[in-house]
Amino acid sequence: MRTLARAILPYPLVSLGLFALWLLLNQSLSPGHLVLGGLVALIAPRGLLLLEPPPVRLSRPVAIVRLGWRVFVDIVRSNIAVTGIILRLKRRERNAGFVAIPLKLRNANALAVLGTIITSTPGTVWVDFDSATGLLRIHVLDLIEEADWIETIQQRYETLLLEIFR
Amino acid sequence: MNVLILTLSVLLAQLCLALAMVCATVRMLRGPRAQDRVAAFDALYVSAMLLLLTFGIRSGTTLYFEAALVIAVLGFVSTAALAKFLMRGEVIE
Amino acid sequence: MTLAVHLPLWAAILVAACVLLGAVLTLIGTVGLLRLGTFYERVHAPTLGTTLGTGFILIGSMLYFSLAGERLVIHEVLIALFVTVTTPVSLMLLVRAADYRDRLEGHDPEAEAERSAS
Repeated sequence: MRTLARAILPYPLVSLGLFALWLLLNQSLSPGHLVLGGLVALIAPRGLLLLEPPPVRLSRPVAIVRLGWRVFVDIVRSNIAVTGIILRLKRRERNAGFVAIPLKLRNANALAVLGTIITSTPGTVWVDFDSATGLLRIHVLDLIEEADWIETIQQRYETLLLEIFR
Repeated sequence: MNVLILTLSVLLAQLCLALAMVCATVRMLRGPRAQDRVAAFDALYVSAMLLLLTFGIRSGTTLYFEAALVIAVLGFVSTAALAKFLMRGEVIE
Repeated sequence: MTLAVHLPLWAAILVAACVLLGAVLTLIGTVGLLRLGTFYERVHAPTLGTTLGTGFILIGSMLYFSLAGERLVIHEVLIALFVTVTTPVSLMLLVRAADYRDRLEGHDPEAEAERSAS
């Protein structure tokens, strides 16, 4: 049963996403578009099989929601902070710099998510990750205390990501 | 009344976005290095896309949405290609 | 502004506020692109426009078309999703390219950052 489902829908999440994408693009829930969207969702993910992406195994949906909420809060907060820096509301010496953060995370998908989170939050950018030593280098616009940033990334994101991508 | 509020605020938003495009263009022309120009190009197309969305609100058609989506897609691909080029294109050996 | 007559006043104010806030945030982001001193500082600035700037304008657009056209218009979600996924990728590529170029030319980006900070 499981193998049959796998043969028909090798990537169920991708299929679901494509189906939703089709309906959103066409702005309709008419039977015709449901059929066309279903066909796209059935056939298109087969192209992915050729690429052989590393398998994604998600667990703990609660942790996913919590991570999403945390990221949202952080994005709002750092938007305000970066606005302040650009408009120089705080007359303080700017001190941008690089921070090296040791990570326990090794899963490629989890690292991709972490990179997206760090880079899309204003004020921090992912520079590189050394998979041999597990050292992540990021650039921070408002670097006050290096230890704070190391703890933020490890506590706020890494622990949840370790839970999700087990 | 609400037509007035919307017309004024959308006009103001469009001015802001146009100014944002000017800022990005200035940075793109000034450089000083290639990566600065590419970063500015990235900001430029995002502002252009948002400007198109405000045009959509102004004219009341969803046609602009498709144009905005195409700009977003093409902008991403060209930024990624340019960044890749910066990494490989200048290695002369 | 043909659709706007169908809008109640509170909705018009809400849409106006969202669109304006988004546009102003995007403008601040590009101003940062002009004002900040080094490449690594500048690269942070446009993310204002691509996160909340885009978000607010898209929310404004969704509210406007849904409330004025009495049917749900949410295809703006696609742009939001696309921008949140692609901007980090292009910025990461760009920063890595800059890092690589700096090293290739014998500059150490970390030392440069120290110097500009002091």
